[in-house]
Amino acid sequence: MEDRSNDTIAAISTALGGSGIGIVRVSGENAFLVGDRVFFSPGGKKKLSKQASHTVHYGYIRDEGQTVDEVLVTVFRSPKSFTAEDTIEINCHGGIFATRRVLETVLKNGARPAEPGEFTKRAFLNGRIDLSQAESVIDVIQAKNEYALQNSLGQLKGSLSREIGDLREKILYHTAFIESALDDPEHYSLDGYPETLFTETEKMLSDIRRMISSADNGRMIKEGIQTVILGKPNAGKSSLLNVLAGEERAIVTDIAGTTRDTLEETISLGDMMLNVIDTAGIRSTEDYIEQIGVNKAWQKADAADLILYVADSSVALDENDEKILKQLDGKKTIVLLNKSDLPQITAAEQVLAFTDNAFPVVAISAKEQTGMDQLKQILHEMFYHGDISFNDEVYITSARQKSELIQAEESLQKVLESISMGMPEDFFTIDLMDAYVALGRIIGKEVGEDLIDEIFGRFCMGK
Amino acid sequence: MSLVEEYVDVVIVGAGHAGCEAALACARLGMRTVLFTVSVDSIALMPCNPNIGGTSKGHLVREVDALGGEMGKNIDRTFIQSRMLNQSKGPAVHSLRAQADKSDYTRSMRQVLEQTDNLEIRQLEVTELLVEEGKLTGVRTYSGSVYHCNAAVLCAGTYSKARCIYGDVSMYTGPNGLAAANYLTDSLRSLGIELRRFKTGTPARIAGPSIDYSRMEEQKGDEHIVPFSFTTDPESVQKEQVSCWLTYTNEKTHEIIRNNIDRSPLYSGKIQGTGPRYCPSIEDKVMKFPDKDRHQVFIEPEGIHTNEMYISGMSSSLPEDVQIAMYRSVPGLEHARLVRNAYAIEYDCIDARQLKLSLEFKKISGLFSAGQFNGSSGYEEAAAQGLIAGINAARKIQGKEPLILDRSEAYIGVLIDDLVTKENVEPYRMMTSRAEYRLLLRQDNADLRLTEKGYEIGLIDEERYRKLLKKKEQIASEIQRVESTYVSDQPKVQEFLRAHKSTELKSSICLGELVRRPELTYDMLSEIDAGRSKLPEDVREQVNISIKYKGYLDRQIRQVEQFKKLEKKQIPETIDYNRISGLRLEAQQKLSKYRPSSIGQASRIAGVSPADISVLLVYIKNRQTE
Repeated sequence: MEDRSNDTIAAISTALGGSGIGIVRVSGENAFLVGDRVFFSPGGKKKLSKQASHTVHYGYIRDEGQTVDEVLVTVFRSPKSFTAEDTIEINCHGGIFATRRVLETVLKNGARPAEPGEFTKRAFLNGRIDLSQAESVIDVIQAKNEYALQNSLGQLKGSLSREIGDLREKILYHTAFIESALDDPEHYSLDGYPETLFTETEKMLSDIRRMISSADNGRMIKEGIQTVILGKPNAGKSSLLNVLAGEERAIVTDIAGTTRDTLEETISLGDMMLNVIDTAGIRSTEDYIEQIGVNKAWQKADAADLILYVADSSVALDENDEKILKQLDGKKTIVLLNKSDLPQITAAEQVLAFTDNAFPVVAISAKEQTGMDQLKQILHEMFYHGDISFNDEVYITSARQKSELIQAEESLQKVLESISMGMPEDFFTIDLMDAYVALGRIIGKEVGEDLIDEIFGRFCMGK
Repeated sequence: MSLVEEYVDVVIVGAGHAGCEAALACARLGMRTVLFTVSVDSIALMPCNPNIGGTSKGHLVREVDALGGEMGKNIDRTFIQSRMLNQSKGPAVHSLRAQADKSDYTRSMRQVLEQTDNLEIRQLEVTELLVEEGKLTGVRTYSGSVYHCNAAVLCAGTYSKARCIYGDVSMYTGPNGLAAANYLTDSLRSLGIELRRFKTGTPARIAGPSIDYSRMEEQKGDEHIVPFSFTTDPESVQKEQVSCWLTYTNEKTHEIIRNNIDRSPLYSGKIQGTGPRYCPSIEDKVMKFPDKDRHQVFIEPEGIHTNEMYISGMSSSLPEDVQIAMYRSVPGLEHARLVRNAYAIEYDCIDARQLKLSLEFKKISGLFSAGQFNGSSGYEEAAAQGLIAGINAARKIQGKEPLILDRSEAYIGVLIDDLVTKENVEPYRMMTSRAEYRLLLRQDNADLRLTEKGYEIGLIDEERYRKLLKKKEQIASEIQRVESTYVSDQPKVQEFLRAHKSTELKSSICLGELVRRPELTYDMLSEIDAGRSKLPEDVREQVNISIKYKGYLDRQIRQVEQFKKLEKKQIPETIDYNRISGLRLEAQQKLSKYRPSSIGQASRIAGVSPADISVLLVYIKNRQTE
């Protein structure tokens, strides 16, 4: 294992969502160097590395000449910072997506994403936190890592995880072949192999680049506000999902629940990302199979950040609606009265009579696609008031995964360079293995004896 | 009846490749040393392949030599063919391999031992270890004699409760029919040491006159021979060489094997031990790789005083009649007469995770272990461990810190760290792919990496040390000169570049940049490098490699710096992992059992996650501050 304890690290240190202001914190030896690369004062001349500790500076974060956000940056000089290292804190004003872009820009310019609990860990190791807090630091590290580990797998779409697995297999195969030939040169010849490897590496690189750009589009993980659509059968839940997805061009379509009863889509509405789960209709039922679907719907609802409760406004509410609304007590919920295109029986008052919560109620027609603007407006307000948010660990994990992809890309690029320069074959495997390790970190796999096992498993060696 | 009682400093158990190095190191460091062997005629015996070195193993021999060991010198005195493998590849994987005259090798090593002060050889089996309060105090032999000592090194190889097997035939002997050691591991077990059973095998030996070489490809030695030892004068080893021969198995061979596979003790379950995947028997190769229609077979001489030939690539434990049929199906071996049958050997050995990095048992102070008994395989792996264990036994008695080479310093470091840290399910063999920093750990620079350490330990003499310092100085100043000397686009330079199909210059350029061009080397540039002084070949080689691969080498140097940080973070010996609440249960158990010495070592234990390492760092820091 490499010691990465001196790297310069970065993360978003405020919860995403919330007030709309995000802070990106950068800490480590090169924090100012990174700052100088990305920060531009209005006059263009100010260097963060030249500024006194505890001063605030106004300017822009730019990525390859393009302005990402308008920011205030605070400079903290070692040891007078939270981590006791050189630190800058970038206050971003452009909302959550701008904050992410700022983080990405920082990562591109020499910082790596912080491990879970890493700021706290550094603060402790550098003597900034009281000893009595040591235990809790330990707990934070372990808990956050457990979370990140579960998430890095849980968040990855099955298809992506498989793709990364396939890539690793290919890399391992080529590495093992070269190593077998190096180990047993009288047995395996590498004549002509650099050409083969060049072609193969180009293919792998294009796969990785595709994954990186899909990460940019948020395709990589199931991120966003976990949103569950609830309602009785035939209230129009699925058509709502279709409208949401269709109107805003659904980004993802390949996720299906393990049973027939849930369907998931990632949808971007303006600057928000919703991970929407459609569920089976809820009603009291004796049917065992149907009951499973209902239970599952409630499970999803319990874990959700936001509930969209869909009711049919062309019929009267019944005891099922009442039950559901009671159960939604205290949850962030928007009530959607669907089928506004039909004669109306049920209005907002009837709904609110069943609950003590002041749920917003919106009349929509999934069929006519009306009411969507109002829904978006309400969502937007809730989000920016901090009424709904999502766990920032999810996003941090995805940033980490992306940076591993970039590292794998760089390593494979080096393989191509080494081949073009006519370097001997033993130089290729060093970078191949680096790429293998980086990809492994995305799917939570350690390297262990993989290479040796592959060599012996695939290639017949020995005296 | 009065029993013999002797007082010595160190006892070495076993006189194979590990035992010889251990004994020589101890004696040379001034320890009164006694070396026990079951047969004085079998000192430094090569019971399997008749060669020393090969990929990554050649590196180990060079390192042993650079530290003041004997193996390199001994093979230089007794080789009959030599090849530098992988010459078309990068310098990190160039590997020297020499065919030995086995009997000369044994005789020559015995002579060295006999001529070494402080060293006594005894033909006796050690049967019991005497331990008081966790500290080794002596050993008892089969005769009942007691040797009191302050340290001992176990180099019992494959002799412990050994059993040789082919077909239905089973002999309770060590290799080559030598007596097995049947008591030592019982003594260890009673001291709380865990043992396990490994197996390995060897092919048949065939009488040379019965072989038809005209049906085989000849494998000659290199025209220019490079010696193993940095002390051997290259001129002194240029001599007549003996050839090896290459032939192949075929479908008929494979059919014979498949038809008789149920008679193989490995497949019938008569052998329980775990065998190595890298040196599978021919029956394993045929069964596991059914798509391969042929396997290589190298015919290698066992020496120049015998016509016996070693059939490399066809080790087996099939019954005698199947062996004969199988060998005779190979082109050139149609009329083969077997001198010795192939056999598998099963033996007791330890799980080396019971050892510290110094190769001392964690449980028994003063008791060290080295070689195949630690679960490794190969003469070179054994010699490397023997040398380190011997050095550390002596240093323990001298009250000095042990010599521990880390993974960034030597293949020896990788070897020992792997053995004592990782779970090894089969006899461990060195491979270049096991060394993370192999670009730096080359066989050509073993002296630059290790000879200073050998000098500090006391195994390298003043003269050799001064030569090394001079070599280092010459390399450094020449690199400096080449990197700061510029050539311009004069006609002579352009003509030179044209002649070597290299891009011509547009402006002046540093000589170093030209060395880094794939098509050029440092030596080639002498034509256009007027300021160059005459330097020895080994210096020029280092200059070329250092400049040519600078980018790659610098990268590994940076990685090593990172690696060293974690290695330097020591874990206190008294740490109680069960009290660290943040560790996951698996990590707690593994760390408690194997007790790594540094954070770096801990991070390499399977089942310890990066998060556990973070927790450990925080805990240790907390303890220090308290």
